[in-house]
Parts: sequence; C-alpha cells; structure tokens
Amino acid sequence: MTDTRKPVESLLTDYDIFEPGFVANPYPGYSEIRESECPIAHTDRYEGSWLPTRYEDVVALAQEYEVFTSRGILVMPPPPGQAEGAYGGVAAPPITSDPPDHHWHRRLILPIFAPQAVAKYEQSTRDLCNALIDEFIDKGTADAAADYAQHIPVRVISNMLGVPLDMEETFTGWVRGVLENMHDLELRKRSRLAIIEYFLAQVEDRKTNPRENDLISELMNTEVEGKKVPIEYVLGVCNLMLVAGIDTTWSAIGSVMWHMAQHPEHRKQLRENDDLWPTAIEELLRVYAPVTMARIVDRDIEFQGCPMKAGDRVLMAFPAANRDPRQFENPDEVILDREHNRHVAFGSGIHRCAGSNLARLEVRVALQTWLKRIPEFELVDPSSVTWAGGQVHGPRSCMVKF
Amino acid sequence: MKVSVDMGSCHGHQMCAIAAPEVFGSDELGNATVLIAGDIPAELEGKARRAEANCPERAIIISE
Repeated sequence: MTDTRKPVESLLTDYDIFEPGFVANPYPGYSEIRESECPIAHTDRYEGSWLPTRYEDVVALAQEYEVFTSRGILVMPPPPGQAEGAYGGVAAPPITSDPPDHHWHRRLILPIFAPQAVAKYEQSTRDLCNALIDEFIDKGTADAAADYAQHIPVRVISNMLGVPLDMEETFTGWVRGVLENMHDLELRKRSRLAIIEYFLAQVEDRKTNPRENDLISELMNTEVEGKKVPIEYVLGVCNLMLVAGIDTTWSAIGSVMWHMAQHPEHRKQLRENDDLWPTAIEELLRVYAPVTMARIVDRDIEFQGCPMKAGDRVLMAFPAANRDPRQFENPDEVILDREHNRHVAFGSGIHRCAGSNLARLEVRVALQTWLKRIPEFELVDPSSVTWAGGQVHGPRSCMVKF
Repeated sequence: MKVSVDMGSCHGHQMCAIAAPEVFGSDELGNATVLIAGDIPAELEGKARRAEANCPERAIIISE
C-alpha cells in the first residue's frame, strides 16, 4: 500500500502518531520532542492534539482529572453519529467515566482485578500458553506475536466473561477495528456496534438461561443503592474488557517476546534467578508500555506554557514518560534488576489501569511458559517484524526460530 | 522504621507489594495495605524504601 500521508515537517508542530516509521519505533521521536525547547508537541492532524513527553508532565495531567477529562480517551475523535441510536451512550466505564460516576463505575469492578482475585487465572493461563506452544514447538519456528501473544489475553478475557472461545478471531477483529484501525471511521463505528450488539445478545440470553460464575451474569446482578445497575453499564464494562484487555496485553507480551528473542543474556538471567521475576516484569512493562491514552480539555487553560482550549485532545504517552531520563537512569536500556522504577505503564491517578494485576500475570506466565519450553530462540529476520501503534504499541508479526 | 499508606493517594498500582511483599499487601479493591503494624524489621527496611521509591502516587509514608 502506498503511503499517501503528507510528510511530517517537524515533530514539534506536526507529529503523526500513525506514520509507519513512528508506529514501528516511536522512541526516537518522543526523545526528540522531550529534549527540545518544546517538550509538549502539537499537531493539527486527526483534528488536533497535544503530546506531552516528560514524565512529570504526563503524570501531572493524569492527576488533573477535572481539567483533563475522560469524555474522550482515544487518540482520534469518534466517528460522526456514534452517540446516536438506542445504545449510542454505551461507553467503556470506568475508563470513560469522570467523577462522580467514576467512583461507583470503578468500585464495582476493582475487586474482580485485585491481585488475590486474579491469582485464580494463573493455572488456566499457563495451560493455554502450553497449548499454543504445542501447536508450533516441533516446527522450529513460530510467529511469537501472531501465533502466541495474540491468543493469550483474548482467551483469558473470554473465559472471565463466560463467552465461547470460538469468538476469538471475531473479538480480535473488532478490537483492531476500534483501536488499531481507528482512522478508518466506518470500520471503527461498525466494530464498536458489533461489540455492543454481541454483548446485548449475551445479556438477553442470560435473562432466559441464567448462568453462574461468569462476569456478565455477575454484572447483571450487581446492585447500586438497591437498584440493578443499568444495562449501559453492563455493556460498557464488557466493551472495556475487550477493548482495553486484549490489544494492550497482547502488545506487551509481543514486545517482551521480541526483546527476549534478541537478548540471550536476559533469558539466562531469568532462568538462573527466580527471585528476579517481579522486578523484571516491572522493568519490561516500563520499557515496553503499550498504551497511550487521551484526554479532553474541559476549559481553556495554560498547561506548562501551552495554551490549551476547551475541547482540545491531549495524548498521555505513558511510553514516552517511561523513558524520560529525568526519571530513569539509562531509560532505553532494559535492566532486569532495576531498583528504582516508578513507571506509569498502567497510568497514574484515579484511572490507573483496572486490569493491571491481570496484565502482569499474563505477561509473566506467557514469558515463563515460553522460556521453560523454548529456552533459546532468535528473530528470523529483524527487518520483517511488523508493528501496530498510535494508541497501542506492539508487534503484530514477529517470526522467531529455535 | 514504620510505614503507612496515604489511602487518599493510593490508586492500587501494587508496586509497593511487588517491591516489598513482606511489608505491603492488597485490600479487597487492590489498594495497598500495611502488613506490619509496628517497627519494620531491619532486614526489610531496604525493601520498604524501595516500595516508597516505586510508588507512582507517592503514597507510601516512612517515618523513622
């Protein structure tokens, strides 16, 4: 496909988060902006946005939820007409919620994702990783992104929700339609609608055929102040589980596999020292944080010298913050036993990623299971690795041999 | 050394429990809890300091 986009004149005034080079490797661009006289860049592309790149600025705006609202959290505005129709108001609570509703939107789902609650998914995650490896281990080659990483979170989430695993490819397609291909507005609108209609049917089915122990049923029966939660909330949380729970973690696992394929010394370190794992996972999450969120400015404000207007979009590039040399020594280097690591891969403030403990578990189990069965592996061809970017950064194809 | 958590600032990153699992835990919501009410044993002081240094919300309070 020919790239017809206008060449970027200057990253400071014209960045393009969907430009293929930036998608594949955004870090030099973040660094150029961060170290310039203007560490908060601006672009008119995709209806305009601001891009802070320093740790301190990204954290400050994440904390200021009254000014930087979650009315819009994608890095591009929604397709026209999205909010119309019977379920046009379905969002993805609590990530799309602002206080005061944010409080109960979040309160209800936090217990599901507490560390002690997600621990019960460890064995099933390990089993599914092993089943994936069984498929390719005798071939001596595999796509660590498409044959492995891509399948893990979607299966974990499907299990949690209580929906059939044969929806895997369809879910993945919808999520890519909403997140990775969001500049195709028609596809984005269609994908979002498909998600809502699918879960609406799941809810209807449970009304006639009640089930136990699945998240959809649990949400349907949840009460707030004596009343069942609205259907829009149930559908919204299901939407969130897919859109926020699949692409992101798959991207993180993929990046970690890509890294490990190139770093035998890190594989050795992890094999030889079990105690290193918790620190190592945090370090890998720091360096390969996949997610950039967006915020909508509530009112005209000057933020670090930038004249932001009500309605402006601001990108919270956590991957850029996590590589700020003001906060991290040798920020581009993976140091598996890094002592001080105040990373914000899962954000900061009231919207800290609700699924962070599950994501950590999935990344750790995916890597542990792979290293146990395939201790030595390398990239087939570094130049053939393909990437997704924009809102979620990670490899989409990453061939390895062993 | 004693530790406490400013619950108004804690948003459940759990990075304290990762740095010092003997000192910090998780409540039902995934927010931090302090597992050691009194003085932190000397051998855990380093880990407790690391928990403080790694909290993205700066919610860990250490008093000597």
